[in-house]
Amino acid sequence: MTVLAPPPTRVPERSTSAGGRSKSVSWMVLPALAVFVAFGIVPLLGALGLSFTQWDGIGQINPAGLDSWKAVLTEPGLLHALWVTFLVMALSWVFQTPMSLLIGVFLAAHKRYRGLLAVLYFIPLLLSSTAIAITYSALLNPNFGLGAGLGVELLNQDWLGQGNLALGVLIFVVSWQFIPFHSLIYQGGVRQIPTSLYEAAEIDGAGKIRTFFSITLPQLKYTIITSSTLMVVGSLTFFDLIFVLTAGGPGDSTQVLALEMYQLGFKANLMGPASAIAVILVLVGLGLALLLRRLGGGSEADSQLEGV
Amino acid sequence: MERSPISRRTFLSLTAAAGAGAALTACGSSGPGGGSSGGGAANTASYWFLTGQPGEGIRQAAAERFNKANPNNKLQFTAFENDAYKQKIKTAIGAGQAPTLIWGWGGGGLKSYVDAGQVEDLTGWFGENAAVKDKLFPSSFGPATVGGKIYAMPCETVQPIVLYYNKKVFEQAGAQPPQSFEDMMALVPKFKGKGIAPFSLAGKARWTNMMWLEFLLDRIGGASVFQAVFDGQKDAWSDPAVLDMLTKIQTMVKDGAFGKGFSSVDAANNADQALLYTGKAAMMLHGGWTYGSMKNDGGDFVSGGNLGWMNFPPVAGGKGDPSDTVGNPGQYLAISAKATAEQKETAKKFFTTGVLDADETKAWINDGGSVPVVKGTESVLAASPDAAFLKFVYDTSVNAKTFAQSWDQALSPTAAETLLDNIAKLFQNQVSPQQWVTNMNQVIGK
Repeated sequence: MTVLAPPPTRVPERSTSAGGRSKSVSWMVLPALAVFVAFGIVPLLGALGLSFTQWDGIGQINPAGLDSWKAVLTEPGLLHALWVTFLVMALSWVFQTPMSLLIGVFLAAHKRYRGLLAVLYFIPLLLSSTAIAITYSALLNPNFGLGAGLGVELLNQDWLGQGNLALGVLIFVVSWQFIPFHSLIYQGGVRQIPTSLYEAAEIDGAGKIRTFFSITLPQLKYTIITSSTLMVVGSLTFFDLIFVLTAGGPGDSTQVLALEMYQLGFKANLMGPASAIAVILVLVGLGLALLLRRLGGGSEADSQLEGV
Repeated sequence: MERSPISRRTFLSLTAAAGAGAALTACGSSGPGGGSSGGGAANTASYWFLTGQPGEGIRQAAAERFNKANPNNKLQFTAFENDAYKQKIKTAIGAGQAPTLIWGWGGGGLKSYVDAGQVEDLTGWFGENAAVKDKLFPSSFGPATVGGKIYAMPCETVQPIVLYYNKKVFEQAGAQPPQSFEDMMALVPKFKGKGIAPFSLAGKARWTNMMWLEFLLDRIGGASVFQAVFDGQKDAWSDPAVLDMLTKIQTMVKDGAFGKGFSSVDAANNADQALLYTGKAAMMLHGGWTYGSMKNDGGDFVSGGNLGWMNFPPVAGGKGDPSDTVGNPGQYLAISAKATAEQKETAKKFFTTGVLDADETKAWINDGGSVPVVKGTESVLAASPDAAFLKFVYDTSVNAKTFAQSWDQALSPTAAETLLDNIAKLFQNQVSPQQWVTNMNQVIGK
């Protein structure tokens, strides 16, 4: 799980020998490209095409011009689903990033007990989203769940039955599942920071907290961007856990865009509008990924080890 | 929904099926040249059905009996889990890969297949084989009929929705079973005061909420109100009975009639039934199929005579016939239009000699705890251990002036999805009754 840019020593080498060497290995991109085109680009074009048709998934595909787009864009449900999607994205980022950063830094130190903890932290990531969702909905059941079982009134809320509570539970469960993954990224990132920086800081008399903010955090800039991109784009298409945990409910309180797309396409048999939403999802995802790269500043060839 | 313990009989039939499956695979893999080997794959009809006991075992046994009796016209069957099946069948039909026999719930789903020209018109066939048609409940043909033509054979069981109550809880509270909707509402504060949910409702599954709307609308405005919606009349939801019904529902929610946290109760794990048989709820409006699962899961709740049941009581001043009921008038088998002539022949042979034969009928009653859509089963029903409940279901189904199909099955998939969405919002107060009517009027006839 190396997420860092290549070491700076190779950068000049690559730029000087751009002609001969990169040409000879360019064919190596072909297998990946073929898979990407077959399973990424072609379905995307298919969805784009379908968004201009009327199709119920069973009968004939009829061209319908902009009907689906008009239907989707004028439907108040879309704005609501977009809002919920962004809310889930933002809240889970706000919650997950500091947590996984701290855990990652903590786990990066080479201590045996931390290695054991790392394994324990990693467990939620090994479970399937569906299993997690079923378990949590059983635990949070107001009549037969944890609160009722232990007789603790504080735990016995209508967790999944009230809009804001359900959203909060959702963010919590998503974070619980994915913090281990992002911790792992940060752990790798921290281990790449040269120890000489820390030694220098120590000589200068910097404390632990000062070292964290002045060395660890700036050095993890690209790791943070990578992790955030995965989080943000991932939460756009987040589906399985929400589908099983709340199914968009109560009412439409947790109805995210991906769920809306599924229900339109496969429940309501409206493949046209569902494809239009799929295209919107792709555009939003691409836009956000580009934006995050911009935020990183500079080009990818920039050295990450500034000042070394 | 694998809740029944695997009995020895089921186990044996499963092993037998595994053997039969292997034999069929062997048959199929003999390739195009294998026609000489007795069976011949050309007239082997494929048949998909649902998993989940006791239905799965009964469906399988019926298909195996047919295969044994007809070595030259075999069925090749595959079982799917409920939700997986719904997706799979739609995709398969869309891709022209449908099985010969298309199992389903009739109504709006069947209509979408008919509109796409994917299923056979069976009107003529039923005309020639009047005996097959006359054997079945006439009411079961409603959801099989699209535009006056019959496109599917009713099969399996009839499942009206029933108002269940826990007799023990009623006794403890000193309450009498309600005679009217007003009685039901009068019971709400009584049970709430004792910390018992008046009605158990799995509000997370949207269709469970829908059952309340179906019965209330029928009792208030009569069967004609939903019929107008079904017929696609413009603004049919604007009937004043609809507003009255929606307002009553929201009042019930506000008064806590469905108990604490009903919107996070899930029907998929039968938590709503558990509330009733553990005495945490007093009443429950639910499908006839829950009798069997409560019998399985509820210990001695059902066998001890603690479960009471009735048809939904009338609403004061309402126009609806109190004998009316709602639910599934049957399940349905359609024949794929893409099947070969030989396969269609096999399928039709299955309709005449296999579907709901004497053995299958008996199995549905004794093992399934349900009433098959076949006439003249009174004596078998009376001999069953669940005779009292089965007689009630039989009488309700036969005597109903109108046996309406569940709304989400009757309407087109597009309208049904909007309906379920708006029902979920109604129970959360996220939509007003007036707005609900406006939203629903927009999808009439779609």
